[in-house]
Amino acid sequence: MTDIATSPPRESSLTALFKHSRYVLGENPVTGFAFALFVLIVLASVFGPHIVPYDPLASDTTQALKPPNAHHWFGTDQLGRDVFSRVVVATRLDFFIAIASVALVFLMGGLAGVAAGFFGGWTDRIVGRIADTIMAFPLFVLAMGIVAALGNTVQNIVLATAIVNFPLYARIARAEANIRRDAGFVEAARLSGNSDWRILSFQILPNVFPILVVQMSLTMGYAILNAAGLSFIGLGVRPPTPEWGIMVAEGSAFMVSGEWWNATFPGAALMVAVFCFNLLGDGLRDMVDPRRRT
Amino acid sequence: MITANANTAPALSVEGLCVEFRTRAGIVRALDNVSFSVGKGETMALVGESGSGKSVTAYAIMGILDPAGRITSGRAMLGGLDLLHAKPSQLAEVRGRDIAMIFQSPRTALNPIRPVGKQIADVLIRHGNVPRREAPEQAVEMLRAVGITDPARRAKAYPFEMSGGMCQRVMIAIALAAKPSVLIADEPTTGLDVTTQAVIMDLIGDLASKMGMATIFITHDLALAGQRSARIVVMHAGHVVEAAPTQELFEHPRHPYTAELIAATPDSATSLDALAAIPGSLPDLRRSDLPPCRYSERCPRKKDACAQPLPRPAPKTSHMVACWNPLSAPPISKPSASAA
Amino acid sequence: MLTMILKRLMMAIPSLIGVVIVTFLLTRALPGDPAAYFAGPAATPQAIQEIRVKLGLDRPLIVQFGHYVDDLAHGNLGTSLTTGQPVASELRNRLPASAELTLLGLIVSIIIAVPLGILAATKPNSLLDHACRIVATAGVSLPVFFTGLILVYVFYYQLGWAPAPLGRLDVFFTEPPHVTGFYLIDSLIARDPETFMAALKQLILPALTLAIFSLAPIARMTRASMLAVLSSDFVRTARASGLSAYTVIITYAFRNAMLPVITTLGMVFSFLLGANVLVEKVFAWPGIGSYAVEALLASDFAPVQGFVLTMAVMYVAINLMIDVLYGVIDPRVRLDA
Repeated sequence: MTDIATSPPRESSLTALFKHSRYVLGENPVTGFAFALFVLIVLASVFGPHIVPYDPLASDTTQALKPPNAHHWFGTDQLGRDVFSRVVVATRLDFFIAIASVALVFLMGGLAGVAAGFFGGWTDRIVGRIADTIMAFPLFVLAMGIVAALGNTVQNIVLATAIVNFPLYARIARAEANIRRDAGFVEAARLSGNSDWRILSFQILPNVFPILVVQMSLTMGYAILNAAGLSFIGLGVRPPTPEWGIMVAEGSAFMVSGEWWNATFPGAALMVAVFCFNLLGDGLRDMVDPRRRT
Repeated sequence: MITANANTAPALSVEGLCVEFRTRAGIVRALDNVSFSVGKGETMALVGESGSGKSVTAYAIMGILDPAGRITSGRAMLGGLDLLHAKPSQLAEVRGRDIAMIFQSPRTALNPIRPVGKQIADVLIRHGNVPRREAPEQAVEMLRAVGITDPARRAKAYPFEMSGGMCQRVMIAIALAAKPSVLIADEPTTGLDVTTQAVIMDLIGDLASKMGMATIFITHDLALAGQRSARIVVMHAGHVVEAAPTQELFEHPRHPYTAELIAATPDSATSLDALAAIPGSLPDLRRSDLPPCRYSERCPRKKDACAQPLPRPAPKTSHMVACWNPLSAPPISKPSASAA
Repeated sequence: MLTMILKRLMMAIPSLIGVVIVTFLLTRALPGDPAAYFAGPAATPQAIQEIRVKLGLDRPLIVQFGHYVDDLAHGNLGTSLTTGQPVASELRNRLPASAELTLLGLIVSIIIAVPLGILAATKPNSLLDHACRIVATAGVSLPVFFTGLILVYVFYYQLGWAPAPLGRLDVFFTEPPHVTGFYLIDSLIARDPETFMAALKQLILPALTLAIFSLAPIARMTRASMLAVLSSDFVRTARASGLSAYTVIITYAFRNAMLPVITTLGMVFSFLLGANVLVEKVFAWPGIGSYAVEALLASDFAPVQGFVLTMAVMYVAINLMIDVLYGVIDPRVRLDA
């Protein structure tokens, strides 16, 4: 009936993805910019501690609270530490907090959600109740409570962030699993003897990943902001560890008396990182599902 | 059904309309050199399969093309105004007041959270020189005129509370509220049951003749077009391939596509086995190597001459065909009606 | 409508029960010993033990929980160890401060974000659209307390336009006679324009901080919703009828686009309730947020429990109001209820 000869030859899916990504990046320069920024952040996390001029923990009270100058590009804090070095080194910890939180919530929320969507019944009800209970709290307050109860370590901050974001991931994962529950490839996997859990982990969860990856980049930004907020209250990372949030929190006391650099530079770094993750999330959304563009 | 008098100016005259769409997959040349005209008070049908460009033509004329679409050339003369090159403010005046359109799926085409009476009143206030206070009453009158029972109560209703047929009547009321001289009806009966279809078509016909309004029916249903219009324009893949008075088109189709269309139209006397399908399918309109005649690749009558650009239709012919190898002309006793 | 409200309340009860349980457990897990705190630094271990028994802290958790629920049923939220006052009355006194701030922040946010979203939707992918997106995203990329600090630094410290961030009213003013607890409203009722202006001046910066924080989700949702509605069939009909741009964009498109935006407001409100805690600390605002934080850091669990429960109930109430508002605007929902 139709002559198929006129349609172009099929290209490999990798080339197609590459072309599609280039189209999206080209159409939206902001996404390209965010991507470049992301690479910069990764580089700073990996190489930061090796290339900074000063030891981030070395204090020198004779140099305390000096404004930005040729020796200390970002000035010094109340203990004479070089703010620039601290800001760069802190990238690693904050990036770790972001990545760890997101990995944890993807596993927790993603698995719980796909299980709920796949098995239905009591699994669904329990996961739903847990999610509802979590959502009934103002989320930051819940994070505060968890960290206060368990102790303010980096692990607990990551855990609190993951718990607070659990409902969202569970909900998205559940919806996707519901759709795929009766899909052909799932049937095939079942017939070749795979247990339900194997199917969940290796067939369904990977399929849910692209949809969640958009949310994950937004959550990365949220994780860092959350850690900062907790630090401000005194429930964050313990000093003298360099972390953007605690640096802003400590530096805020000096803002009012005019020593603005203490808080502003780490705050700016924080903002740039979160901004980058948010914009990246938007770009990923365009790449993954153009219908959902906002 | 009034046929145009060739001596009076047409109500709407479309000349050489070309429309392109920019998409991720390339440029789609949706319309190429579309021309036709409708006389005052005439009923015309624009007929073609899905994807032939009938709706795009209507949207281009009304100026409501999707933002990805561009009109690359052509004119659409309504009265003395070229709709395609008018300023947005002029267009906004003319739309609704001089030319109006009704759409398929009437329920989604109405504002779901606004009472239907108000939607009609909006048009009356905008174009009908009706003071705000009197608009609601007039809206009720319009509802009565389109045959809605208990119009005063119905005016306060919302579209989701009405049947598809009633929604279509409301749309007609909205379109006709300011008494336009041209109405474009895009598949107005798709989705309605057969009885309602007939009723709606009768309604449109009645109102049109009462108001002396020209009507352009857009439809894929050739039988429907045959019953209700004086003149039929056949489109294929963004081209106008043939245009003729209805009777003549059915008795003496000249374009091979028209002939196939007529043969493919189910009619109560034919059995299912006898239904003929039109071979081939629409060409991909993104191709840069589209032949000048977009039907040639499916056409059983293709000749070498068909690679040339299509013949220009002579002006003011009543039976026009865009083909190098048309089916035989009608017997010479009639005045010549074929394109040069 | 009434059945819908009742149904929603029924559905909210299991979550509230969950909240009560989780809060109870979390607060019991807080470090620090309230009995020791209560007894004072000079107390002997014996004295501390006596106090522990008196407070009922030696009983098994289940029994303690039972007492707690019993108290709740009688409207008793316990007593704060740090202030000695009943939690319920302290919350009641402090709630208007937080509510006034959050509401004003939300209103300012809506006034900025919604037009921004509409504008961005009418010119999608234009420079204006990208600029709106960047501005909105920037607002939400800063920790909320930092935004507050920057505002204080610029407008108070550098420019001297705003008053010192020392709470709801400058020391020279007294609070207006209590009617609602909202200083803005109460000062108007008492016909006291000076107090009104003073209260407003103190409110501007913290409200602006909250507004900047909640701009992004509202602007985004407005834009997305408007984009979807602008390409809908009925907007096409409105355009084809030649209705004026204002009628098409506002009366037809926006009223329909508002619906998802209103549902987003519920989520935004939850963010704001959390952000409130931080903003109150920056601006020394005597609201329930700062009350709860101080209690949390002192391991004083009664106020924390009371605070969380109040927040959860308020959240349910807000969502309910939003559902009702939705029903008012969208007639299709009304009939279903």
